[in-house]
Amino acid sequence: MSDKQRVVVGMSGGVDSSVAAYLLKQQGYEVIGVFMKNWDDTDENGVCTATEDYKDVAHVANQLGIPYYSVNFEKEYRERVFNYFLAEYRRGRTPNPDVLCNTEIKYKAFLEYALDLGADYIAMGHYAQLKRDEQGHNHLLRSTDLNKDQTYFLSQLSTDQLDRILFPVGGMTKPEVREIAHEAQLYVADKKDSMGVCFIGPNNFDNFLSEYLPAQPGKMMTFDGEVKGQHQGLMYYTIGQRRGLGIGGDGHDNQPWFVVGKDLAHNVLYVGKGYENPHLYADYLLASGMSWVAGNTMGQDFHCTAKFRYRQRDVGVTVHVDPDGDRVRVDFDEPARAVTPGQALVLYQGAECLGEATIDAAYQHSKKLQYV
Amino acid sequence: MEEVYLDNAATTPISSAVLAELTDRYQHVFGNASTLYGLGRAANQVLEQARHTMATSIHADDEEIVFTSGGTESDNTAIIKTAEARQALGNHLITTAVEHEAVLKSMAYLEERGFRVTYLPVDETGQLSLADLENALDDETILVSIMSVNNEVGTRMPIHEIGERLKNHQAWFHTDAVQAYGLEDIDVKRDHIDMLSTSAHKINGPKLLGFLYRQKDLQFSSYLLGGDQEDKRRAGTENVPAIAGFATAVAALDASERTQRAERFQAFKLQILQQFKKHQIEVKVNGTLDQHTSPHILSLWFQGISTYVLQNNLDLEGIAVSGGSACTAGNLAPSHVLTALFGKQSPRLEESIRLSFGQATTSSEIEIFTTAVIKIIRRLAARRS
Repeated sequence: MSDKQRVVVGMSGGVDSSVAAYLLKQQGYEVIGVFMKNWDDTDENGVCTATEDYKDVAHVANQLGIPYYSVNFEKEYRERVFNYFLAEYRRGRTPNPDVLCNTEIKYKAFLEYALDLGADYIAMGHYAQLKRDEQGHNHLLRSTDLNKDQTYFLSQLSTDQLDRILFPVGGMTKPEVREIAHEAQLYVADKKDSMGVCFIGPNNFDNFLSEYLPAQPGKMMTFDGEVKGQHQGLMYYTIGQRRGLGIGGDGHDNQPWFVVGKDLAHNVLYVGKGYENPHLYADYLLASGMSWVAGNTMGQDFHCTAKFRYRQRDVGVTVHVDPDGDRVRVDFDEPARAVTPGQALVLYQGAECLGEATIDAAYQHSKKLQYV
Repeated sequence: MEEVYLDNAATTPISSAVLAELTDRYQHVFGNASTLYGLGRAANQVLEQARHTMATSIHADDEEIVFTSGGTESDNTAIIKTAEARQALGNHLITTAVEHEAVLKSMAYLEERGFRVTYLPVDETGQLSLADLENALDDETILVSIMSVNNEVGTRMPIHEIGERLKNHQAWFHTDAVQAYGLEDIDVKRDHIDMLSTSAHKINGPKLLGFLYRQKDLQFSSYLLGGDQEDKRRAGTENVPAIAGFATAVAALDASERTQRAERFQAFKLQILQQFKKHQIEVKVNGTLDQHTSPHILSLWFQGISTYVLQNNLDLEGIAVSGGSACTAGNLAPSHVLTALFGKQSPRLEESIRLSFGQATTSSEIEIFTTAVIKIIRRLAARRS
């Protein structure tokens, strides 16, 4: 047996995880590449795809001279992530399965498998950084590349999980990662970045959803009761959405229409005019399922920044933690647009990602906005 | 790290005698066996000598041996071309649920074209019932294809009894003998076998090579279209040097060598199970330990240990075992054989590995394997407690 530390790298066939494996090998670890298959997209002819990505993993692993395997977490994914995802849509909410996929699959089922292989660490090509404090607790920090930062999706991880994780590319920018891939002549150096959720690309998302949930078309209305048209099913719309409504400006102001609320009980989609429609603005939100990366170091009431959806600038907030520790009330410094139930609220203190909770409701002047 | 190879049912290394033969023949007998000059005649002579070796090994006549690209092509030809040739006599075929994909996919191909196929079930040891075969046979049955030895659990099928039953039936009898050839005593006359598939690389010969035995009275055409090689029964220039190497491998497997191997392999099985018992490792055999299972295959169920975890851990120790066949994304597909034995819900489908022994397997390799498994399972148990 070698005395090198063993790292199992989750390799997707993309450039980030390939460079992660390359860097770890350079740093002297014993590296094992593992491709994860979390979704069964086998078609009626029994052809399983994900094939191209796996081939890329094999190519890169052979270049690096490391063993590679493939594991299957379809059952775990379906039970722990996808069922939740559907349940949230049934409630009219807009869930974020990628957060749960990280918590339950990539950093739990996969971690268990890697530990079964005798791994000291697992590594992913995620853009995030770790910092160990004097007590030895790991803290989760944003990536150097703020455009690529993925702490939003990693915010449910705990310090125990972080103890076993390496983020080899988290301290780099994407262009730097590409450059390393080119210098090392990695097979996937020019491969396009992947998009979308674990199991489905962004393009046919609505089609995908309709295979699992019956769509119930209904009325599209303003809060004044004016019927503006038909919606295809509440699950297809998210708060603040503009495209796909099929209603144009009405002549005098030419302002576009936006989704401003959902009434699940009556199957009504509320629409309002203008990007800055007042019905889209919340002054506070309630969230539950609060989990702290490295424990709550902030107290019961504190000021910090937050994201309530991915790819959004941080906003200033004051957090009030409920005595039960599970629920939080978050007051926005400035009214926040299109706060969406089901999405992750992620708290930050400077570069550090503090933790995550799931948004339940948004309020304006102490009145619940009609989002679900 | 010493490499331990326990996947001989997948493929075997070339033996040194075969390698010497290949090297020599590739250098000196490169002629096309169909040509009419000295080099061609020399190649033809080597080819026919090899054919005679093959024929003798299964008690067939020389003219009944057709060289092919291996087990898959032999199976495809035997099933698809005979079904096409015999449709006037009926449209029914019989096989088992545990055949190799080369047989099952040929059957599926015929089903899509209107043929009726009966897939005989097997019991928990992988054994089929002759009563089921009897019930499935009818006046429309034109072909029965049943493997000699199953490749995943090693079950030996009752080939002699099936041959006896079919000798007075219109149905032709084909057996995929890829896992039996070289270990079993095969006699196509005694067992009334009409067609038999073999593969060279399972017995230390070259890859992409085998033969199809076809009883001389059977009429059907070549699967490949082209030249008139192999008496118009298989188009394409014969790979004579490789065929000579195949003959060397076959010649090495005489009756006494086969018996010796069988005894050695059976001893390996007992060695493995004794070690596990001694160290209180929970393990169950998929199949049997007696004469109903081929000595070279041992399928094991380690309850609670996923195939991935065990196979990958063993690989990291330099030990090669089979975890089943992988799909194109590298995932293990649930085994249709274990499914046929134990049902879809059985944990054995996700917690079994297959060992298979070959000429080069040594007792010390077996010991390295058992020691590694014991170590891995203890480590996993300690981690989970």
